[in-house]
Amino acid sequence: MSLLDYPFDGAALLQKKRSLRRELLQRPGLVEKKIAILSGSTIGEIKNILELFLLDHGIKPEFYVGGYGLFYENLVFDDGSLAAFKPDFLYIHTSRKNIKDLPVPSDSAEAAAAKLDAEWARFEAAFTAAGRFGCPVIVNSFDAPTHRLMGSRDAVDPRGGVHFINELNARIATFVSKNDGFYLNDLAYLAARFGLDNWFSESEWYLYKYAVSMQYIPELCHSIANIIKSLLGKNKKGLVLDLDNTLWGGVIGEVGPEGVELSTETPGGMAYSEFQQYLKELESLGILLNVASKNEQAAAESGFAREDSPLKREDFLCFKANWEPKSENIAKIAQEINILPESLVFVDDNPAEREIVRQQLPGVAVAAFDGPEGMIASLDRAGYFEVTTLSADDAKRNEMYRQNLARAAVQQNFGSYDDYLRSLEMTAELGAFDQPHAERITQLINKTNQFNLTTRRYTAQEVEALIGSPAAVTLYGRLTDKFGDNGLVSAMIGSVEDGVCTVDLWIMSCRVFKRNLEQAMMDEFVRRCAACGIRKIVGRYLPTAKNLLVKEIYATMGFEKVSESDAETVFSLDVAAYQQQNHILAVTAKE
Amino acid sequence: MSEQEIFESVQEIFRTVFDDDSIVLTREMTADDIEDWDSLEQINLLVAIEKKFSVKFKLDDVKNLPNVGAMLDLVKRMVA
Repeated sequence: MSLLDYPFDGAALLQKKRSLRRELLQRPGLVEKKIAILSGSTIGEIKNILELFLLDHGIKPEFYVGGYGLFYENLVFDDGSLAAFKPDFLYIHTSRKNIKDLPVPSDSAEAAAAKLDAEWARFEAAFTAAGRFGCPVIVNSFDAPTHRLMGSRDAVDPRGGVHFINELNARIATFVSKNDGFYLNDLAYLAARFGLDNWFSESEWYLYKYAVSMQYIPELCHSIANIIKSLLGKNKKGLVLDLDNTLWGGVIGEVGPEGVELSTETPGGMAYSEFQQYLKELESLGILLNVASKNEQAAAESGFAREDSPLKREDFLCFKANWEPKSENIAKIAQEINILPESLVFVDDNPAEREIVRQQLPGVAVAAFDGPEGMIASLDRAGYFEVTTLSADDAKRNEMYRQNLARAAVQQNFGSYDDYLRSLEMTAELGAFDQPHAERITQLINKTNQFNLTTRRYTAQEVEALIGSPAAVTLYGRLTDKFGDNGLVSAMIGSVEDGVCTVDLWIMSCRVFKRNLEQAMMDEFVRRCAACGIRKIVGRYLPTAKNLLVKEIYATMGFEKVSESDAETVFSLDVAAYQQQNHILAVTAKE
Repeated sequence: MSEQEIFESVQEIFRTVFDDDSIVLTREMTADDIEDWDSLEQINLLVAIEKKFSVKFKLDDVKNLPNVGAMLDLVKRMVA
């Protein structure tokens, strides 16, 4: 088990950071990212520990650290160094210690309001200045003050410090919700979770100007790293759940569905019931729920037929109740729903099962088990599913995967694959990038790993800049079939220079591989290139650990291989010689 | 806890924090003697020592610790 797995020992991380860093840097396939940290107080150890968490997510950071306490100056009056650094992410480490002018009881209500406006104007100016670097910006909320001049009234009176900070936090939340590319790191919540008396240490502030007590720096960094990895598409996608003594109390094969502890009438039953309720809420975020249980199928399913069971059988995508090793069941689940095993989180009360999965499938996250009453916190605080964007497609994701399993079942009844595809009655809507689709396109770009020719990531600002750009050919693809709407599942970006279009990005959601959308996308992309007078299209394949699947895709579409090395394979297409490839999908082209 | 036990525990903390098993502490040692020992690591050392000996230092205890000997004496006084 890694020292960085939740729940981690913060003190051990701080002490062992050097040896940990050494080990983590050995990992293969690290992706380099530039991270600028702007300072409202001492950064030192925050940078070091953030680096560890990012490395653990496969991200190798290069840091820019602003001058001590100079977040405002560095952002608003950048001397050019920050722009030259070209950050991929910007984190502004502020806290209540950066509030300059708190109101005092002798202020009039108007004076207190004016102070609030002035204070917010300063932070808003700094945030807005950060926005011009075109990368995601992470900002903190403010921790509550450690003292209250007026006691509880401090939260009510406009001259109270607690009231002032609550108001500032509300303004930050509004700012973040209204400005694309801004994300909140909820410092106020973290401080509340660990307790204000622990979160802030007066002596560490006086001695070293740390606005967060040393021992909670790992928690702060864990929170920031979760936001960054989420934005880079490294969130987990689904859960694999054990049943007996995990989702209900007792062994259902022995005591039957009415014998297991689940109802809200006993303390234990209440804990299981609320955990199930939490999982159902996760499902509504698009998290895929699956079962791996050592049970007979009928017995296992009977638990969810109970009227008082919050989860029902149909809430689960894959339901493996058998006597095979759980690691094998998890691998099968990943294969059936076509996601990588490392996108899954395994939950089981049995330490032996957890250990086998850790050994056999090292990529799978294994949740710490803390009794049924501790499981909500265990999953919630680990940040496996940190939500940075929430699109309409997310809520439908479970439904889409379910439709996919239905398609797979239908497939077995057809003589040829083409017959099967025709039976799906598919239509594709293909169009250039536009405003309504921009958010979903950005999300897809940043989380797609398998069907991804270049694994290039784009920020929301970069995607928006492509809309209507004459130097780019862009194309998105939506796919609908008789089982339902798959949503926006593919995107291409080409950059045009001297009559040649280079495909900088081509991605497709793994839900729709091999449905002929590949061919339909290429047909339309070539048609659009030809309409712009482009004679040649260059396609590149940059290998990663995950995209082997598409290594030869250009070759299958009439491209010629121009060069091949370990780092890159380049293909080229003569536009005039291209033959249309899709004869199955009905296509609606949006101009 | 004997002086020797305190010494060994503190030495172990130094070795872990600086990722260097060859560190041998002396009472006269200062931040100048260990390359990575700066003010940031000073707090890291103190937090680790607090944790190890289940003590909590006051500002007055730690604002002036000229060398390893002063650190050892502080721990000895706190655990006594």
